[in-house]
Amino acid sequence: MLSISNISKIYPSRVGAEPVIALDGVSFDVEEKEFVSIVGKSGAGKTTLLKLILAEEKPTKGDIFFQGESIYNFKKSQIPKYRQKIGTVFQDYKLFPSKTVYENLAYVMEVMGASDKDIERDVCQVLGLVGLEGKACNFPFELSGGEKQKVSLARAFIHRPDMILADEPTGNLDPYNTFDIIKLLIKIYKLGTTVVLATHDKEVINSLGRRVITLDEGRVIRDEKRGRFLL
Amino acid sequence: MTSLKRIIKNGWSDFWRNIALSLATIFIMVTVLSLVTFLYFLNPVSEILISDVEKKVDVSVYFKEGVLEEDIVQVKAEVAKITEVREVEYISKEEAFNIFLERHRDDPVLIESLTEVGYNPFLASLNIRAKEASQYEAITTFLETGQFKDLVDKVDYHQRKPVIDKVYALTSGVKKIGILFSLVFGLIAVLIAFNTIRIAIHNSSEEISIMRLVGASNWFVRGPFLVQGIIVGLIAAVITLLIAFGVSWAIDSKINILMPDISTLHIFLSNILNIFLIQLATGIILGIVSSLIAVRKYLKI
Repeated sequence: MLSISNISKIYPSRVGAEPVIALDGVSFDVEEKEFVSIVGKSGAGKTTLLKLILAEEKPTKGDIFFQGESIYNFKKSQIPKYRQKIGTVFQDYKLFPSKTVYENLAYVMEVMGASDKDIERDVCQVLGLVGLEGKACNFPFELSGGEKQKVSLARAFIHRPDMILADEPTGNLDPYNTFDIIKLLIKIYKLGTTVVLATHDKEVINSLGRRVITLDEGRVIRDEKRGRFLL
Repeated sequence: MTSLKRIIKNGWSDFWRNIALSLATIFIMVTVLSLVTFLYFLNPVSEILISDVEKKVDVSVYFKEGVLEEDIVQVKAEVAKITEVREVEYISKEEAFNIFLERHRDDPVLIESLTEVGYNPFLASLNIRAKEASQYEAITTFLETGQFKDLVDKVDYHQRKPVIDKVYALTSGVKKIGILFSLVFGLIAVLIAFNTIRIAIHNSSEEISIMRLVGASNWFVRGPFLVQGIIVGLIAAVITLLIAFGVSWAIDSKINILMPDISTLHIFLSNILNIFLIQLATGIILGIVSSLIAVRKYLKI
């Protein structure tokens, strides 16, 4: 499904400083319906990698293929269609502050041109999945951190994307909410969605018992089928 | 069609949810449109003032002794055909004499000396008013060198030239200042409106980046901002029209005391449709163009 091929990302330096090598020759494949964790210390290149996968930035070298197509060969007008195939969860939730929970979820389906009837049905269904049925009319500022992340996860999943990218989804949460979010990610994975999780949370990784790719200073130093957090 | 409906719905709800920012933008837009309306008003007002000054200037062409009245009437008809001529008035010898008597009736010495002359020394003349001060020279040349030159005794343009030149310099100066004033203030107005909308959209930059990351197309992102720009322009145009009506009504009698030829209320009412269309078009175009430019910056993700 996703093929990262010899990707490097170097940020140009300010005058007098060395260029920053965020990623250096990273390669790996993610199969369909796979749950992959990308781990590493802060600054290892996890977020840069996810930004490149989302086509937010372009690599200095290398290519990324999604379902067999190079995402950097897409025209600008094709990028939104590509992003619609991916659901994204962010550490800072990135919810629309002026929209209610219902509207935050509905927006993704509106973008895809779904009918009002389908939107209503799917929003109720996904809110049920994350256990926030009673919060549809609330605004993000009325929610706790855990609830916000559940809404973010629901928004990432509502249009049944082919893949979910989760960038440090538990970074701002307490242990109780952390495991709630991980349980939901596993639930979504079991419904047949590919999940790529970037985190530096040791406990989360060790409890998953799934494939772990370890990044260090922009390079893949380990890729294990049933990996653990070893740094 | 569904997308368009959703874009309008989103624009409308964003307008109300950010009502404080929307009101601030409307306030700035009203200020800008008021300035544009003022500049629009300035044009007819300055034209009335210029024309008022120009009306006070004329030249007279005096005909030789013995030229028949029908010849003068023919000259008058020909002069009236010149496009630059606003008005021609025939003053016969007798009328010129009577005007002089009337004007100097309190000066018995002057009246007595005129009686002693024993005949009417005045010449028949045509008083000519041009549409613009700059056109007197061409009219004078026509009379002094054209087919009627043998009938003409003199044209007093050359004596009046210094005054006419001053009027010409004044009126063309007023026009140039008016154009410069309009350009400078028009530009300031556009910049103020653009910056206000830019700041309002900057406030939504985070939301725009989220929209892009969840797969919204450029038009799905831009659309609601354009709708908000249109709503702001529309409301601002209506408010400015009401303000312009109120101001032109309130100052009408005061302006009328100073300049009897000018009625601000009349200018407003006779141009109300034009004024509203200009306000509406300026408001909406400014809203749309500023939104498009401001949003573009955040669509690079």
